[in-house]
Amino acid sequence: MSKHHVTTNINGEPVEFLCEAQQTMLDVLRDELHLTGSKEGCGSGDCGACSVILDGKVVCSCLMLGVEAEGRKVITIEGIAQGDKLHPVQQKFLEHAALQCGFCTPGLIVAAKALLDENLNPTEEETRYWLAGNLCRCTGYDKVIRAVLDAAAVMRGEPGASVST
Amino acid sequence: MTYLDKASLKVVGTRPIRPDGVDKVIGRAAFGADMVLPGMLWGKVARSPHAHARIKSINIDKALAVPGVKAIVTSADLPAIPSEEAFVGEGPMNFRDLSSNCMARGKVLYDGHAVAAVAATSPAIAEEAAALIEVEYEVLPHVIDVEDAMKPDAPVLHDDLFTQGIDPKPAKASNIAKRITFTKGDFAQGWKEAEVTIERRYTTQPVHQAYIEPHACLVSVGADGQCTIFSSSQGQFMVRAYCAKLLGIDIANIRATPAEIGGGFGGKTLVYLEPVALALSKKAGKPVKIVMSREEVFRGTGPAAGGVIEVKYGAKKDGRLVAAELVVKLQAGAFPGSPVGPACMCGFAMYDIPHVNIVGYDVVSNRPKVAAYRAPGAPNSTFGTESCLDELAIELKIDPLKLREINAAKEGTKAAHGPTWANIGYTQTLDAAKAHPHMKIALGPNQGRGIASGFWFNIGGESAASVYVNEDGTATVVEGNPDVGGSRASMAMMAAEVLGIAYERVRAVVADTSSTGYCFLTGGSRVTFATGMAVTQAAEKVVVELKKRAAMIWDISPDAVDWKDGKAYPAGPNAGSFEPLSLGEIALKAGRTGGPISAEVSINAQGAGAGFATHICDVEIDRETGHVKVLRYTAVQDVGRAIHPSYVEGQIQGGVTQGIGWALNEEYVYDKHGRLDNAGFLDYRIPVASDMPMIEAVMVEVPNPRHPFGARGVGEVPIVPPMAAVANAIADAIGTRMRDLPMSPPKLRAALDLQDPPRLAAE
Repeated sequence: MSKHHVTTNINGEPVEFLCEAQQTMLDVLRDELHLTGSKEGCGSGDCGACSVILDGKVVCSCLMLGVEAEGRKVITIEGIAQGDKLHPVQQKFLEHAALQCGFCTPGLIVAAKALLDENLNPTEEETRYWLAGNLCRCTGYDKVIRAVLDAAAVMRGEPGASVST
Repeated sequence: MTYLDKASLKVVGTRPIRPDGVDKVIGRAAFGADMVLPGMLWGKVARSPHAHARIKSINIDKALAVPGVKAIVTSADLPAIPSEEAFVGEGPMNFRDLSSNCMARGKVLYDGHAVAAVAATSPAIAEEAAALIEVEYEVLPHVIDVEDAMKPDAPVLHDDLFTQGIDPKPAKASNIAKRITFTKGDFAQGWKEAEVTIERRYTTQPVHQAYIEPHACLVSVGADGQCTIFSSSQGQFMVRAYCAKLLGIDIANIRATPAEIGGGFGGKTLVYLEPVALALSKKAGKPVKIVMSREEVFRGTGPAAGGVIEVKYGAKKDGRLVAAELVVKLQAGAFPGSPVGPACMCGFAMYDIPHVNIVGYDVVSNRPKVAAYRAPGAPNSTFGTESCLDELAIELKIDPLKLREINAAKEGTKAAHGPTWANIGYTQTLDAAKAHPHMKIALGPNQGRGIASGFWFNIGGESAASVYVNEDGTATVVEGNPDVGGSRASMAMMAAEVLGIAYERVRAVVADTSSTGYCFLTGGSRVTFATGMAVTQAAEKVVVELKKRAAMIWDISPDAVDWKDGKAYPAGPNAGSFEPLSLGEIALKAGRTGGPISAEVSINAQGAGAGFATHICDVEIDRETGHVKVLRYTAVQDVGRAIHPSYVEGQIQGGVTQGIGWALNEEYVYDKHGRLDNAGFLDYRIPVASDMPMIEAVMVEVPNPRHPFGARGVGEVPIVPPMAAVANAIADAIGTRMRDLPMSPPKLRAALDLQDPPRLAAE
């Protein structure tokens, strides 16, 4: 079986890769490009651990074929921080202890960034519904929601919450 | 030494950022499926489509002929090992059964049971070849339900299984692996003394631990027999011990490295893939990686036990309990070993009841072998006992919290399962719940409030830890417990507190089995307690050495040196007059004062503090759909001492959410052939963010005097009260008692329809 040649842009860098027709974008990211930050929790679009931003929209990379990346722009968890400067969502996840095992964390952070790209002032309810496609079994979501709302505040230029006591 | 005085603590009790945090928010942390080795093959397990069948033959010829297939294994490639109890995981386990669970031997016992495995050059080839393995089955009658499995004419899974705990030993094999009993006082006498009695029956469903990371491993077997294992588990030493036994490998020939673990909750306290991957790697002569699909996780691993819980309470009219009885029939899955023991012991542990009778049954059926899940067993029995106590409170017209206060276990109370309580904080959780503003919030129509309590033992056990002072005055902590929720931070905090240096100057790592001393697995809420104790003691030994080195530099007696805030001081004017020496200054001179400064401590930690919790839950019922919305949730827990309060809160919030899922949604759906119909997150629905409110974790601190900082295990008890708390809230909201989990919309609708027959007729 001959492989397909795909030209795309991942995390701001032009990327070319070869993939088989049945390979998902998640397979390509993880197995071909060694970007293993995106996780496979279900392979069926139910858990959100593989979330990436495709041309500005959150998608499950397990539901997207690798060949569909042709000519598109993909942002993965590896592209959220700028060098050694964490995105506010990442920083707030750390400060609020919004991760326990950390496996769903990349997908949650990608999805939360996409939310804040669209809406810098989400309510708790909007945040909960936006993140309803990202399963987390450890945290009960409490600290995740607080972290995202706090990151939004910081991005709006407000001081944000102080967590350390 | 102890550090129980909270006011003196500088690091413990603060909320620093965990040392492994950045890697986990940028996608760099290496979980089970994230590693590769040169020349690596991909493994795939072929699984049974039948709930119960005899394996007549396995033909691998077609699969082997697929280009790219390098090895195939079946149970013939694993040594047949005798029945032997294992004590390396959490809960009861038998090495022979575990081997048969990893690779079916003779019979398949559940839909999804592994029968063979393939290693090939790509995942696609491995999957294609696994589907070409031809297994000829003789399908046998199967049984799924726990009480059906107990019937005399039920299909028997194991013809060598005779019920233990019955005298004389039964002549006929059955699915009841054992019967256990606990008694206190004289139940019959207590029942006679009772002025009010109540008897109820409750059922719980098996649920999956549903960690988001599927099981995964990467192994390599060398031609000399030396093996490496990289896998996601709750204990690299557990993985090593099981693999050594199941494959007949010397322990020294296995180096097991813990991957970052993407959730376990008890479900990763045993092995599924590692022995199979080792057998494939040995056969193929190459490294092998296996990653389960989500469907495989549901069909082939876990779940937590479910079962039937029958409860009786006898009380005086003033609310004093005089008698209680509990019968628990618990699912073990395909092999014996349900957590029926702890289920029996936990149900009444919160109360002082003079006459108690408890009976438990461990029952096998054609489901996956159960694995531990957060306080294994306790949520089942406690759903029954705490729901029934609420029903009794209604009958007695006594406030449910008051009824708990009247009967609460206190210092010196003898628990029904044996121990006499000391240093417990149950009544303090009731006090805090009673005083909490949550209790005063007014409820609207179709809203209700429930409270429930719970208990979990927590354990200690074997742990080793090392503390190394580095040349620049920083320190490294090395230990062997996979970090499931911030334990590296807690370890570093305890070491920093003892050494008297900043948290950021101490880094904690979780090492492989060849790089640190033995640690029993991460389970039983033991790590902060037991491994934390080892870390603390190692840091204390380092301080002794630091003082010795300072004394050497000053040429005075080590007894004349004090250690405070990371510096050595002369103990008093008689010791001499010297400028304090910091840890960094002493470290710099270590080479000239006797060499590197470090200490290792190996202990078997005793004295884990019991965990008690009281939860308050508010719900609202949608009478149209039967949907239950959790409006508010407050979880009060005695945590001993919160080392890192944010991660303690996280354990509480996570456990509560799992309990709410168990209460409202989660269950397995089997078809008439015993095949699992909902092996995915779409149809097996765990709570999502929009299902949940914020969860207020209230930490009561009754220090455990057996831990240097007063810590108790905190991870498990949070899942014990929620099911009863939710059921009690539902009963308060609609006046109908839900006794069967999950309390899902169809069941609520059925209950509401009984209340509202005209609507039923109109439809």
